[in-house]
Amino acid sequence: MKISHHLDDATLMSRAAGALSEGMTLLVDSHLHWCKTCQTRAWEAECIGGDMLARIEPQAMSEGSLDSILGMLDGSEEIVAERSVKAQGSQEVPEPLAQVVGSDLDAIDWKRLGPGVQHFDFNFPGEGACRLLRIQPGVSIPHHTHKGNELTMILRGSYSDDMGRFCQGDVTDLDEEIKHQPIVDTGSECICLIATEAPLKFTGIMGRLAQPFIGL
Amino acid sequence: MTDNISEETDVTAAVAIAEQKKKKERDAWSDLLASLSETRSKVDFSRLYEHFAPRVKAYIIRFGMPVAAAEELTQESMLAVWRKSHLYTRSKASASTWIFTLARNQCIDRLRREKAVEYELPEEEIDPDQRHYGEHAVLEERMSGAISKLPEAQAQVLYLSYYEGKSHSEISEQLGIPLGSVKSRLRLAFSKLKAHWGEEE
Ligand SMILES: [Zn+2]
Repeated sequence: MKISHHLDDATLMSRAAGALSEGMTLLVDSHLHWCKTCQTRAWEAECIGGDMLARIEPQAMSEGSLDSILGMLDGSEEIVAERSVKAQGSQEVPEPLAQVVGSDLDAIDWKRLGPGVQHFDFNFPGEGACRLLRIQPGVSIPHHTHKGNELTMILRGSYSDDMGRFCQGDVTDLDEEIKHQPIVDTGSECICLIATEAPLKFTGIMGRLAQPFIGL
Repeated sequence: MTDNISEETDVTAAVAIAEQKKKKERDAWSDLLASLSETRSKVDFSRLYEHFAPRVKAYIIRFGMPVAAAEELTQESMLAVWRKSHLYTRSKASASTWIFTLARNQCIDRLRREKAVEYELPEEEIDPDQRHYGEHAVLEERMSGAISKLPEAQAQVLYLSYYEGKSHSEISEQLGIPLGSVKSRLRLAFSKLKAHWGEEE
């Protein structure tokens, strides 16, 4: 996989700081799973966290806390097999995402969102939206507006917009100032993961069609 | 003139010595943590605990947890240090960075559980070890000190982000600056810190 569109440093810093929504964390971790370039920067962003921890003003623990933890050490060994039972990723689904929806994109319980567009909503609690979109060839992603940041990652197919062509593994990392309307640019469908800080608002005809069905 | 120069040289030398001392200390903590999975020494763990637990607690409080919960989450984080020490790789991260990620994950898990009591959570955890990081631990040592040299505006967004776990939008609202400015300040801080690593290479 050749990835040519990457995550913003500011996004990787938020990930390291634990400041992203659940959906955005899922998307970032999914991209990191496939992208060595971003892994290095993500690591650097975590080192900032380590440095911040090293220089923080310590807060004394209450008395007896050391004794109490020493009493908990025995028998608290990690069950190492735990990881292996988790869902494995696939060619199209990076492991962090596979742990939530499984590794087969075709087996997902897709819901119709409008002509040529299906979606799967993760319904994560808290602010922001996170969903998979499945878009037929030639269809543009519903025109939408959003407050805050929006992340998109391609899992299957490709699309194009003003900023270029996006293929499997690529991400767009946008903030509210950027308006765009990507269009699926080949004869095959496009499936992407999309995560935002605030709820998505679809606009235009597509949005008016879709909104009553999905309650956005 | 000569006096000034020699004074300056003295100050620079003193700073260098202080940095060197700090680096030695950090190395010692990392070495101790790295040996923990072999030794399973409770004495060593106690030393790590006494150094890191109060820092983890301070971090968790700043992250927005009530003091009682912070104490409990600190215990959970330090217990994870003991249980997962076999996943720590000395060459990949300092003890401080690794423990930071454990504490951060505790905070994230707790906040999400509170947001959705009945919601089935996927286990959110990426062990730093699972990632294909390069051998960068040496570079990391060079960053310390650079943070204190950042311009106020950049340090501020760094603090709000890392210490308080605030999102870009929340920081934008709190400071009354556009979202784009929050992000560019973070990016600038990041590249300055990285430049600082490169400088001393
Ligand atoms: Zn990348």
